[in-house]
Amino acid sequence: MTGIPSATDAAGPSLAGPSKGLIRIIHVYPREMSIYGDLGNTRALAWRARRHGYDVEVLDHHPGAPWPRDAHLLMGGGGQDSGQARVEEDLAANAATLRALAADGVPMLMICGMYQLFGNAFVTVEGLELPGLGILDVTTRGRTHRMIGRVVVDSPMGVVVGYENHSGATTLGPGQQPFARVRVGHGNNGSDGTEGALRDHVIGCYLHGPVLPANPAVADWLIGYAAQVATGRDFEPGPIDDAVADQARTRQVHRVTELASPRPLSRWRRKVGL
Amino acid sequence: MLRTRATIAVGKAARAAARLRGGGSALPGLVVERLDPGFLTRMLADLPGGVVVLSGTNGKTTTTKMLVAVLRAHGRRVFTNPTGSNFTRGVISSMLGVVPASGRLDADTAVLELDEAHALRFADAVPPTHALLLNVARDQLDRFAEIDATAALLRRLAEQVRTAVVLNHDDSFVARIRPSIPAGVQVRWFGIDPALVDGLPSLYEADVRDDAGVEPEPLSSGDAMLRPRLPDAFTVSFGDGVDLGPVTLAQPGLAAMINATAAVAMARVLVGDRFDIRKTEQALRELEPAFGRGEVIDADGAPLELVLVKNPAAFTVALGTYGHRPVATMVAINDNDADGEDVSWLYDVSFASLRAGGVALTSGQRAYDMALRLQYDDVPVTAVEPDLEAGLDRFLEELPGRPRRIFCTYTAMMELRRLLQTRYGLANFGE
Repeated sequence: MTGIPSATDAAGPSLAGPSKGLIRIIHVYPREMSIYGDLGNTRALAWRARRHGYDVEVLDHHPGAPWPRDAHLLMGGGGQDSGQARVEEDLAANAATLRALAADGVPMLMICGMYQLFGNAFVTVEGLELPGLGILDVTTRGRTHRMIGRVVVDSPMGVVVGYENHSGATTLGPGQQPFARVRVGHGNNGSDGTEGALRDHVIGCYLHGPVLPANPAVADWLIGYAAQVATGRDFEPGPIDDAVADQARTRQVHRVTELASPRPLSRWRRKVGL
Repeated sequence: MLRTRATIAVGKAARAAARLRGGGSALPGLVVERLDPGFLTRMLADLPGGVVVLSGTNGKTTTTKMLVAVLRAHGRRVFTNPTGSNFTRGVISSMLGVVPASGRLDADTAVLELDEAHALRFADAVPPTHALLLNVARDQLDRFAEIDATAALLRRLAEQVRTAVVLNHDDSFVARIRPSIPAGVQVRWFGIDPALVDGLPSLYEADVRDDAGVEPEPLSSGDAMLRPRLPDAFTVSFGDGVDLGPVTLAQPGLAAMINATAAVAMARVLVGDRFDIRKTEQALRELEPAFGRGEVIDADGAPLELVLVKNPAAFTVALGTYGHRPVATMVAINDNDADGEDVSWLYDVSFASLRAGGVALTSGQRAYDMALRLQYDDVPVTAVEPDLEAGLDRFLEELPGRPRRIFCTYTAMMELRRLLQTRYGLANFGE
């Protein structure tokens, strides 16, 4: 009676004329690491890539299975501590492959738990240090209090809205660029105003929501590099009507900013429903 | 006894005041909890039929209602908290409504639905004699943080039970509580006939913790085995000559059948040899759906169904239950504290079954996020109106005479119910 979550049904042929090429998306550990609606990211990537005119294949990678060949885009999500423990061995076994893919410019989106595992290390509350893949120069320390709430950040792809729910506090290494700057929310650690990390074409971040459906600019950034990796040509985007996504994002950005605002005027406007 | 009477007097006054203000049902309970922390313990300590606690993520309210109806059909005098106010203060508030000033509860058995987190607080005050544990699903993760944590809360509840526990055989989180149950406490299971599981929709979350010892013992004689006869009827077999049904419930769908099986399993544990098949069947057949759980409202001569969807499991089951009967559909999603602030969960539900009929309107604080979710599943959406009142007006006016259905989160349901109450003069909340 238990279903293993999967977004493989989102795959399919180009929906915008003749195919510009095949993009293969790998959802890593959908069973263990997709508790917070992360399947929605994979779904959004496939949906958009097909409307940009690409054929799309979606593969699930489970712990212990052979690593899929010719990956063009990797997506990994958040999990519970128990799920995280189960994927560590598989990640270690595929570490060299993943580092090579990242170095070759394969785009990746790693959320929450997978973001932490892509860093140098995770230090538990008890002080135990668990090594990570080191693809992103970040270190995460377990905390007893979770950082939970609505988030608005400014990224290179524009303003991004999401929801965070993590107990790990992440700090960036000296040369590591953050993914975004926090407008509202805790971000990496609640103190330095950064959110996530960005290196080459790899994004690690704490943004659930899921992040891609309402922030299509981030999705298209990933798809663009995936198209390059897959076809050897520049990304050839198709026309997509993002009116609903834009409404969802801008309204939520406005709400979250207002809710977080200490200014009396905002509180008054909220009260009278303006 | 003097203290009990004084507390009841104050509590009843608070209840009257709260009702005048039209306020929430939990306030008087809160007053009493502060004033007299031992009140609940004293009131429930001596019930001869026991104190039965129901907990789990989905189906608490419906299952509680079913269990109470079956027990009452057997002549039990039951105290319960029927308003869905499932914190300890909610239990106290319900009690203030029925207890006479003398302070003696007219009941032999208490059947209480409790929120997972509050079930433990309740058990600290009143150790339950019986517990019925339904399921663990992701729900309001911003409050409970993780599914594993919710499972741990239910486990700790089960450890405190004194007489008997009834567990869901098909939910791996609940089934794994079995080894934690103290020796001497009876364990019974309810579940779906394993021969019929294939072809039913996926109802439960996968427990991804260490796989060792996952499989519970198979259902055996005395456990309640559900055999759905879709779409509407079901039987329950105990494997020892006691067989119920076929029964058809007023509330459609597999989830309601599972809830009924759970209720019947617990009822049999409670009444023992006096368990009466005919009375049980009749009680289940006559039961009206709980408030907002498949409730049907007469809206200008056309049926309007309100369906509460608060997490992916519930939404998936609701779509499986209702999706194939085409009606005009509205989806109302709020993200207040009681709904869960994070609407990520909408992406763990497949809306493909709505593709053919489309959705007339999305509404609520996250109306555009819902419309966007439907867009990514290629479900056509006719209109988006974040304001619930304007949305409801439009939904009712543009499609006169058509059967309608509204899928809604908790606070959206409360608001819609209030609006519908004004429009069509419905019964009061929780009554």
